[in-house]
Amino acid sequence: MKNFIRSLVIITLFCFSINHSYSAETTKLLKTDWSFKGLFGKFDRGSLQRGYQVYTEVCASCHSMKYLSYRNLGEKGGPEFSEAEVKAIAASFEVIDGPNADGEMFERSGKPSDKFVMPYDNVKAAQAANGGAYPPDMSVLVKARGGGVDYIYSLLQGYEETPSGMTLDEGVHYNKYMYGNKIRMAAPLSDGIVEYGDGTEATVEQMSKDVTTFLMWAAEPHLESRHQMGFKAIVYLIILTILVYFSMKKIWSRVESEV
Amino acid sequence: MSEHEYTPASKFGKWFNDRLPLLTLASHLTDYPTPKNLNYWWTFGGILTFCLITQIVTGLTLAMHYIAHADMAFESVEHIMRDVNYGWLIRYIHSNGASMFFLAVYIHIFRSLFYGSYKSPREIIWIIGIIIYLLMMAAAFMGYVLPWGQMSFWGATVITNLFSAIPLVGEGIVTWLWGGYSVDNPTLTRFFTLHYLIPFLILGLVVLHIWALHVPGNNNPVGIDVKKPSKDTVPFHPYIVIKDAFALLMFMIVFAFFIFYSPNILGHADNYIEANPMVTPAHIVPEWYLLPFYAILRSVPDKLLGVIAMLSAILILAALPWLDTSKIRSAVFRPLYKQFYWILVVDVLILGYMGAMPAEGLYLLIARVATAYYFLHFLVVLPVLGFKEKTLPVPLSITEPVLGGTPSLAAAKQKESFEK
Repeated sequence: MKNFIRSLVIITLFCFSINHSYSAETTKLLKTDWSFKGLFGKFDRGSLQRGYQVYTEVCASCHSMKYLSYRNLGEKGGPEFSEAEVKAIAASFEVIDGPNADGEMFERSGKPSDKFVMPYDNVKAAQAANGGAYPPDMSVLVKARGGGVDYIYSLLQGYEETPSGMTLDEGVHYNKYMYGNKIRMAAPLSDGIVEYGDGTEATVEQMSKDVTTFLMWAAEPHLESRHQMGFKAIVYLIILTILVYFSMKKIWSRVESEV
Repeated sequence: MSEHEYTPASKFGKWFNDRLPLLTLASHLTDYPTPKNLNYWWTFGGILTFCLITQIVTGLTLAMHYIAHADMAFESVEHIMRDVNYGWLIRYIHSNGASMFFLAVYIHIFRSLFYGSYKSPREIIWIIGIIIYLLMMAAAFMGYVLPWGQMSFWGATVITNLFSAIPLVGEGIVTWLWGGYSVDNPTLTRFFTLHYLIPFLILGLVVLHIWALHVPGNNNPVGIDVKKPSKDTVPFHPYIVIKDAFALLMFMIVFAFFIFYSPNILGHADNYIEANPMVTPAHIVPEWYLLPFYAILRSVPDKLLGVIAMLSAILILAALPWLDTSKIRSAVFRPLYKQFYWILVVDVLILGYMGAMPAEGLYLLIARVATAYYFLHFLVVLPVLGFKEKTLPVPLSITEPVLGGTPSLAAAKQKESFEK
């Protein structure tokens, strides 16, 4: 039994170590205390709402979020805007709908059931507007990068002076955490670029944390119920395992000698 | 099965059983005499059955919502993750379930290697097992393609391209596999079809695997034949059932940790980027469970020979019952084999690690040495060991595993006549 558990642990650790080596970063990523990590991890509601504000006022001018709908903003486990707020947010966007009875496409104000409006009509248009680089869709961005939230959080704060001896093309910027250190996106955040309604000071660090939290939720909208269910499931399994263990002992006690 | 006599109690039961002996089968399964000294390494057969059923059930549910189309597959997976009720749970069980399935199957295979379960008279069980393992790899590979992320697409491209190494007809075969001139929609739809089919083939083979097992009965840690039923055996139910249930629950706790707390740790981040034929990922790596074979493939400089080496690494296992010349099954009584066994385990782990690293410099060198050793183990060490090794005295029965020194032949004979 001991051998058995020891071997299991070794194999599991091995899998982890392989996985970590996949995403081996040359630069150590910045860390912060994420409220959504751990057994009971939950999103910080205020941070999610501020994060949405940063996304919609800064990121959304170039980055789409095509798998999200405005209704998601009011759902449990998310930013949990009130129904009226969600309606107001949706209504602030113009959506192209149609064709109508005359066969014409028409514009109308958004409804909660609409998907997030895309900044560009298509990938080519996005590339044309950004010097050939496509600003990636942000729906699952944190899951699509090795390092996840820490990587996005660091990247947003990783803009520095180009080191001497390194020449960058026009429209390319230096970022400490970017793969190859070259990034097309100019530093998106600067102190006070948004004005938070709740009085939180909009430092680059604070905004990075908020928007990354928002992106984490966007990629894993059911994270909170996953953690809650996980805890219950594991407690249930542990209790059942203990019960079955004693049943097993009882049953096997009938066999004269255990070998 | 034939020696088993069973008469149902009820009249209807008798009537039914005469026409279709299902009740006899059920009775055989519950009474099946099992060596009582089986340790926890033996519980993985039951765990694997659980894994297969879990994959089939979650897979069927996912198939109800998934769309096998190059333009819609990625989106439909996101739809499952966001809008399908508990879709995230079902998908995470399925994707992590594949990893848990392989974790269990590797433990199952290495248990067999340690205790010599592949030896006579269990060769057919072993070979069916190897076929199941091959099918599992095919199913897992094709399943990984279905979300149509970057790693799906490029993994499919790399693996299908291996067939182009076949002389003369290689290119034609690749085009035929793809259903076009690159990995595209026809590839996705056929992979989906096959991914759906293979688990049921595996299920059928599992039935044969268990059937073949029930003919000679289980091997055991001591590795000697047991008389059944006897003092050495216990009926499958309730003894083995409860033990398997206990082990399965422990396994499920580990499984649950992955599903609920690290659902993406075993996958690659790039697979959350939608497939893009114009952008190649920096490193194309398969899932962890295929890494040792990937390392073998890459450690051979020639493409065709690399493919042959990779396939041989798996197929050589099928010849294992004849490559291992030792008459003694369990490594417990084979002091030298035991050491070589652990060297092989380390060797395979090293290969797995090298499979995840870029194939260059020191990594490549180590991978080459490990590959050479892998084949050396099966082709040289095992055949020679059977003749050279001085094995320890094997007990006469599992009830008396230690007799102190070599049991005299006379004592054994006496014991046998006594039992008669």
